Amino acid sequence: MKLKVIGAIAVLLIVIGASCQSDDQIEFKRYYSAGSLVYQQHCQNCHGDKGQGLSSLIPPLTDSTYLKNNKTVLACFIKNGLKGKITVAGKTFDDQMQADDIAPLEIAKVLTYVTNSFGNKMGTITLQQVQNDLKNCK
Amino acid sequence: MRNLWIGIIILTLFNACKSNTKTALPILGYKTPVTKTVNGKTVTDTEYATIPPFKFVNQYADTITEKSLDGKIYVADFFFTTCPSICPVMHRNMLNVYKEFKDDNNFRIISHTIDPKYDTVPVLKRYADKLGIAGNTWWLLHGEKGDTYKIAKSYLQSVSEKNPKGEYIHDGFFILIDKQKRLRGTYEGTDPAEVTKLIADIKTLKAEPDQIAAK
Ligand code: HEC
Repeated sequence: MKLKVIGAIAVLLIVIGASCQSDDQIEFKRYYSAGSLVYQQHCQNCHGDKGQGLSSLIPPLTDSTYLKNNKTVLACFIKNGLKGKITVAGKTFDDQMQADDIAPLEIAKVLTYVTNSFGNKMGTITLQQVQNDLKNCK
Repeated sequence: MRNLWIGIIILTLFNACKSNTKTALPILGYKTPVTKTVNGKTVTDTEYATIPPFKFVNQYADTITEKSLDGKIYVADFFFTTCPSICPVMHRNMLNVYKEFKDDNNFRIISHTIDPKYDTVPVLKRYADKLGIAGNTWWLLHGEKGDTYKIAKSYLQSVSEKNPKGEYIHDGFFILIDKQKRLRGTYEGTDPAEVTKLIADIKTLKAEPDQIAAK
């Protein structure tokens, strides 16, 4: 009897675990595909269809290390713009990106797209994360 | 024997099609019939619109006039360095044209800034450096706003002052001009496929007899 209960609980846990995981995956796919549209409309002109950037004028979005190191401020970059010297993919950029006043959910989607495209693989950047990060913008 | 005839007919048709695709580029722009007297006889000729004389300054502060482009095939566009929308795409694509022809001294690219107040000569030079262009293949041209807006019309382009949102409005076309300063093609500068066609068309144009002959 005891064994059966434990067994049932174990099965239940596995089922919950599995369904949670697929929920995560579904959430990721939703964010990612919606994010690709936001990217096309708001970012692609400058950063390019392959995230390649433009010479030394606009940095590429292919530097996974840079993106990881700045993960918690990426939302601020979009919301408030970015100005000054940065080093991306071994090159120095000293220009500015205009602020783009899009909703936090749009930011989450586009960042999920960017950080999982062009050779990046950072998983979902959720709405909650974005809202937290936006509170801490400098 | 019958097969042979069919074969010949098919071959003939095939060749006819092939020679059709090998035509020269069209000449665009307004046509005006001009009546001239040649050797005492009156003849009517067609004259095509050409780019009128102009005077601008490039990123090296050199004066550039229509004479600087004598004997050269060139591509023109209109932009400004702080343009957030289509200009980065246009110049990402134009870089491919630049790379293809940068060793050809009879070819030029000219990009007119439509925001001369901000895009001063040093700003244009900095933009050129960051874009990674050097030498004299690609000139970024600064001039009086009125002069730039006027010359844009000759290239069939429309540019205008800031719209209510504070943005400049301009077309994103690349315009191909031949050595006789006639319009030979317009290409959507934001579309990589059209820019590939532009590169092919420049090669076709360079091979035309009256381009080879022109000085
Ligand atoms: C008008 C052109 C433009 C647009 C549109 C634009 N950016 Fe940028 N972006 C830049 C420039 C220029 C910089 C570098 C700023 C600097 O030098 O400090 C930059 C920097 C960045 C960076 C940090 C450096 C890097 O390459 O990783 C990220 C991330 C970024 N942009 C993402 C985006 C996203 C996402 C969007 C769309 C929501 C977007 N950008 C839209 C021009 C643009």
